[in-house]
Amino acid sequence: MVKPRRLLTAVTALLSMTLVVAGCGDSSTGGGEPVSTPSTGNPPSTTAADPAPTRPTRFVDVELTLVTHDSFSLSPALLESFEDETGIKVQVLPSGDAGGMVNRAILTKDDPEGDVLFGVDNTLLERAINADLFLDYESDLLSHVPDALEVDSRVTPIDRGWVCINYDKAWFADSTLDPPASLDDLVDPDYRDLTVVEDPTTSSPGLAFLLATHAQFGEGWKDWWSSLRDNGVRVESGWESAYYSAFSGGSGEGDRPIVVSYASSPAAEVYFSDPAPAEAPTGVLTDGCFEQVEYAGVLAGTENELAAQVLVDFLLSPQVQEDIPLQMFVYPVRPDVELPHVFVENAVEVEDPIAIDPGTAAGLVEELPEQWVEVVLR
Amino acid sequence: MGRGRSPLSRRWRVALAAIVPAAFLATFFAWPISAVVDRGLRPDGQLDLTAFLDTASDPQTWSVLRFTLWQALLSTAVTLALGLPIAHVLSRFEFRGSRLARSVAVVPFVLPTVVVASAFAALLGPSGPVSWLSEIAIGDSIDMRHSLTAIVLAHGFFNVAVVVRTVGSVWERLDPGLAESARVLGAGRLRSRLEVELPLLMPAILSAASITFLFSASSFAVILILGGPTRATIEVEIWRNATRMLDLGVAAALSVLQLVAVFLLLTVTTLLERRSRWALPMVERAGVAKPVRGWARAWVGAVLAIAGLFLLLPPATMLQRSLTGPSGLTLDAWRALGGSLRDSILFVPPAEAVFTSLVTAAVATAISVPMGLLLALVLSSRRGRFAEAAVLLPLGTSAVTVGLGMMMAFSGPPLDIRAEAWLIPVAHSVVAIPFVVRVVMPVIRGIDPALREAAAVLGASPARVVREVDLRMMTAATRTAAGFAFAISLGEFGATTFLSRARTPTVPILIERLLGQPGTTNVAQAMALSCLLGLLVLIAVLVTDSRRGRMTGW
Repeated sequence: MVKPRRLLTAVTALLSMTLVVAGCGDSSTGGGEPVSTPSTGNPPSTTAADPAPTRPTRFVDVELTLVTHDSFSLSPALLESFEDETGIKVQVLPSGDAGGMVNRAILTKDDPEGDVLFGVDNTLLERAINADLFLDYESDLLSHVPDALEVDSRVTPIDRGWVCINYDKAWFADSTLDPPASLDDLVDPDYRDLTVVEDPTTSSPGLAFLLATHAQFGEGWKDWWSSLRDNGVRVESGWESAYYSAFSGGSGEGDRPIVVSYASSPAAEVYFSDPAPAEAPTGVLTDGCFEQVEYAGVLAGTENELAAQVLVDFLLSPQVQEDIPLQMFVYPVRPDVELPHVFVENAVEVEDPIAIDPGTAAGLVEELPEQWVEVVLR
Repeated sequence: MGRGRSPLSRRWRVALAAIVPAAFLATFFAWPISAVVDRGLRPDGQLDLTAFLDTASDPQTWSVLRFTLWQALLSTAVTLALGLPIAHVLSRFEFRGSRLARSVAVVPFVLPTVVVASAFAALLGPSGPVSWLSEIAIGDSIDMRHSLTAIVLAHGFFNVAVVVRTVGSVWERLDPGLAESARVLGAGRLRSRLEVELPLLMPAILSAASITFLFSASSFAVILILGGPTRATIEVEIWRNATRMLDLGVAAALSVLQLVAVFLLLTVTTLLERRSRWALPMVERAGVAKPVRGWARAWVGAVLAIAGLFLLLPPATMLQRSLTGPSGLTLDAWRALGGSLRDSILFVPPAEAVFTSLVTAAVATAISVPMGLLLALVLSSRRGRFAEAAVLLPLGTSAVTVGLGMMMAFSGPPLDIRAEAWLIPVAHSVVAIPFVVRVVMPVIRGIDPALREAAAVLGASPARVVREVDLRMMTAATRTAAGFAFAISLGEFGATTFLSRARTPTVPILIERLLGQPGTTNVAQAMALSCLLGLLVLIAVLVTDSRRGRMTGW
């Protein structure tokens, strides 16, 4: 029969055209993917059972991708000197806030987008580890790090800080109110409409603060948040918008004098002001501070495990640890590096922070944010 | 030659034509969706409805569902209220620039959702014109950024184009002779409108209303950006649970609920439409006249002014923001398109993302148009309502669910293609195919069967009839569909968020990243990218949209 054959030809032609076009659309072998070839002489290893004493210190033509959150910052000179010394070119891939970054890494773990992940903190650590994101690696440099911070052989602690309430000194100086002395002040009617917090589902300091309130108030945490909501708290999705758009202190351009930020934020204010003020414009409420430790790990599925280990070591090196305070405004984990002067003068050391081990944190992190949303947002 | 059409061979031909699009949709739509349903109903590999029922009976879920439907209803009402007058003016009157106006009226529909959402946020937010006006008027600046009003207005902005095109196409081809006959027979002007014109327009109005409702219900970026943390539709909840809570089970359960709701909705609207459909007496641009009388001129002027304000103000705000730096007017954001600013959070230069978007859109169009045409041809020859609703399901299924499903289904064997770059254009075409079908099918259905019969009588084979009657009359519609598909792909966001690889982002992904970072520089860059994307979409639509030579209506 003539007619069906013509139709069959047409359909076949369409099908082939579609497949050809779909195949031509494949640009993954174009310029996108960096070429990363391991150097010769790499012994293949997928676990860190071997202590790797034969790990090369110099590589040829290796490009690593460092997956981080948006707040990551390192002096470019350091990355350049790292490349000069080791031959490894590092591309930094900012991937949203810490929670989003970890979730994305978990969702893409069969085809990871990077070789090393930096920025998973103690609240998210269990989630990342349970998802088998990382390969075992214990750096030699861990001998310089306090034992308390080494919680798992699959990740390496890099920096630590405290999430605390910050307040605008000038605002309170102009008003009859005293700066808040405890978390209970925030729900006092006198302090109505003065507070900004971050949404714990989209912000790492927000999540840390939520856990702090849970630790502080126990089962009454929901009541405290409900009172805070009635007291006119404003919720922003991230630290950047909370601090820069809603907070009134320092470089903030908003109108609320109380915000969830870091104990080291006053140091940043002084550092970035020109001329430098004698005293930091913002203060820190040490009640309800949460200790946050950030880790780095070698992503499972990386093609350059040994080079990735070298990169993790680099993050623990004295040069990077010294660079961290003025780049990311948190403390290095190594106590043997010198802190910059502006940090020593203006960053507040929290004596008695709330510290939760990753295992406990994991359970809380799974349940609390959803309940928080119901209490505060709906 | 000219063998009689036996039922068997006809069915066989239809089935053959259906194979290709059916296989495509089965692989890239049905399979991902079933992966989601599987995850929702069988979380640990065994049928375990407890998790699903937990989510389904959660009052939180029902309040989210209620909000979804309510805002969609409001959006539809506002869209019709705004769109019908504009459709009337653009389709029944001829004036200088009316052709351009008709093409431009389509552009809001195809603008990226992220862009429109942020334009309205700028418009209604603290430093925007509305706040400034309210400061003057009542002494207190209103911040309407996160409000139901903002959502409804943004949806209206998008969907006015649907009303204008759908209803306008029919309106301009309505033979005025019908209304005139009614007048001659004694009906007043209003009665002739209501009893003659309105019923003839009803299928088009219903079609436009149902499309608007579906889009508003499955809208994602608009709710995300303009709803604020306190408002969520099902779409946003699915995304939140999948990416923020990593609770894929709940996300899947919500997707199942949404699918059921959408299927019901589509069935209802399809039934309504079929009941009121017939081959309309079409005359090319019959009812169009120059506005001569005073009231006509006033009406045209007023509608155009309001429409112009409503449709041009958001893009104008976008442009203004793109030129605003920390210290006033500057071209920095535009200059930065070529290369990344130092310390930028962007991994690739924006220009590269523009190139990626264009290539993706081209591939998506090349896939979706042939598939859509085949589907439309097959569907127009069938009578099954069920089949039609089922095939058009991707239209109402949210892009987020499609993206989530693809992520779940293709993350491992047998098809481990999640990281493939070509999966993104395929996802876009899954989203675009229903549009193609929707644009083309009314044209096919509207073809007077007498033409086909005449061709057959003159000796053409069935395939030749299709080729020389159907396809030829569909050329203009096909071109429009291609333009739509291209524009949809350029602006697609919901599915792409799940599949995008960090090194090859599309422009909407970049825009959303930039908007997430406060600071005038980042906002300016986002706005510059949005203006560029809007321009590309405008060009695509203007090039493919031609009203000449169209003899058939909707």
